[in-house]
Amino acid sequence: MAIAKKAFVWGLFAAGGTVTAFVFPVLIALFLIVALGIVPEGLRFENIYAFATNWVGKTALFIVISLSLWHAAHRLRVVFHDFGVRMDNAVANAVYLVALIGTVLTAFYLYKI
Amino acid sequence: MSRQPYVRPVSKTTWYMRNGRYRKYMLREVTCLLVGVYCFLTIWALAALAAGADTWNGFLASQQNTVMVVFHAFALVYFLIYQAFDWFKLAPKAMPVQLGEKKLPDRYIIIAHYVAWAFVSLFVFWLTGVI
Amino acid sequence: MSMRQMELEVMRYDPEQDDEPHFQSYSVPCEDDWAILDALNYVKENIDTTLAYRWSCHMMVCGSCGMMVNGEPSLTCKTFIRDLPDKVRIEPLENFPIERDLVVVLDDVMEKLRMAKPFIIRHDEPPPEDQEYTQSRAALYKFKQYTMCVNCMCCYAACPQYALDSSFIGPAVLALAHRYNIDSRDQGKSERLDLLADHDGVWECSFVGACSEVCPKSVDPAAAVQQMKIDGAKEWWKQKLGGGKS
Ligand code: SF4
Ligand code: SF4
Ligand code: FES
Repeated sequence: MAIAKKAFVWGLFAAGGTVTAFVFPVLIALFLIVALGIVPEGLRFENIYAFATNWVGKTALFIVISLSLWHAAHRLRVVFHDFGVRMDNAVANAVYLVALIGTVLTAFYLYKI
Repeated sequence: MSRQPYVRPVSKTTWYMRNGRYRKYMLREVTCLLVGVYCFLTIWALAALAAGADTWNGFLASQQNTVMVVFHAFALVYFLIYQAFDWFKLAPKAMPVQLGEKKLPDRYIIIAHYVAWAFVSLFVFWLTGVI
Repeated sequence: MSMRQMELEVMRYDPEQDDEPHFQSYSVPCEDDWAILDALNYVKENIDTTLAYRWSCHMMVCGSCGMMVNGEPSLTCKTFIRDLPDKVRIEPLENFPIERDLVVVLDDVMEKLRMAKPFIIRHDEPPPEDQEYTQSRAALYKFKQYTMCVNCMCCYAACPQYALDSSFIGPAVLALAHRYNIDSRDQGKSERLDLLADHDGVWECSFVGACSEVCPKSVDPAAAVQQMKIDGAKEWWKQKLGGGKS
C-alpha cells in the first residue's frame, strides 16, 4: 500500500517547525534590533553580503527559509480546515503554491548574490 | 424498544470556543501567519541584498520605525510562547528516548532542546555582531 | 464520615419520548470520599431508577464509565467529589451519539478497533509448541504504556478532529496500532500501513494533544500518533527510494 503524499508534506512540516522553533526567535529579534535603529556589525552591507556569497551561508539561508515556508503553508492549510473551510484541495494548492513561489524566489535571489 | 440515537451538533467554525485547551491550540496554529510574514520579510531582504549596497541600506532604513518595533516585539513574545516553547515541550512525545529499560524523562529532552536553542541564538547573535 | 450535599445536573435523553436531550437536577447527599459514579449510583438506587449509564468495575479497569464531568471527559469512578464544586454537570461523552441518558453509541470506534489489527502478526515460523516468543524487558517497556488503555473513549470525546470528522480513526485506536507496531514480537507493521496511507489515518490529527491530557490511564495517545507520523514520513522516503518493502 502506498503511503499518502501527506507523509511527505508532513515530514517537511515537522522539519520546518523544528527550524522555526530554533531560528525564528533570533531572526525576529534581529528585525527588532534593526527596527530600533541599531544596525549590528554583521548586518552592514559588506558583512552580510560576504555571508550570503559564501556557500555555507547560502545553504543555511535556503534551508531555513524554504522549510519554514513549507511549515507555514501546511499549518495554514490546517488552520483553514479548523476555521471551517472545507475546500481542502483548493486550499492546499493555494498555500503550497505560495510556499513554492517563496522557495523559488529565495533560490533566485541567493543565486544572484 | 426503538433506537433513535441523538447526535449533538458541532459547529465547524466555532468549535474551538468550547474550552481553553482548544483555544490554546488555535493560538498555536495561527503562528504560521507569523512564520509566513517573516519568511517573506527575509526574502525581501535577500532581494535588497542582491540589488546592491544602496538598496540594502534603503531596506534597513525602511524597517526602522515605531510600527515595526511594536510588531516585532509582539511577534517575538507571541512566537516564543505559542510556537518555540510549545514545540520544545512536545518534542519528547514525538521522539521518545529509551535507555535500556527506562524511558529518558521528558524533561531531559526538553532541557536539551533549550540548550541547543540558546546555542543557536547566541551563535546567530555572534555571527551578526550583536554580541 | 462527613457528608456533602451535591447538586448533579444530569443530561437525560429518552429516545422514545424526547426530540433532544435536557438536563435534570438531583440533590445528592455525598460522602467525602465518593467518586461521581457513587453519586450516580445513589441517584439510581434512591431517587430515580430510570437513569441509564454504564459502569462495571468501579476501579478504573473496565473503561465503561466515561462521561463528561463539568465539560471534561472523565472516568467517573476515578473523578472524586472532593475535587469538584458543589454543582456538577454530567453529560454523556461528547462526539458520540447518545443512546439514552449517559449511554453513548460506540459502534464507530468498535469498528475502527478492528482496523488496528490489535494482535501479534507473525510471518516467520511459529515458535515450537512448548516455547513462547520471548521478549526482553527493554523491548516490553518500549510499548508498555500503550497497553494500559481501557478503551474508555475519553480521548475521542476530547479530540476536536474526531468531532469535526468522525471518519478520522482517532487516538486510542491509533495508539493501539502503534503499540503492536513497536512490539518486538510483531511483524505486521506493513499490514497496518493503511492507517498511515489513508488520509483518515494519522494525518487527520493536528496534535492538539487534548486526548493525552484527558486520558485517565496516561496512555498518551497523542505521542503515539506523532511517532506514527514520523514513521510514516520515513516509510514514504523508503518507498520513494525503492528501499522499502510493502
Ligand atoms: S487512550 Fe486513554 S482515554 Fe483513550 S480510550 Fe485508552 S484509556 Fe481511554
Ligand atoms: S492529538 Fe490528535 S488524536 Fe489527540 S486529540 Fe489532538 S487531534 Fe485528536
Ligand atoms: S467503572 Fe470500570 S472504569 Fe470506571
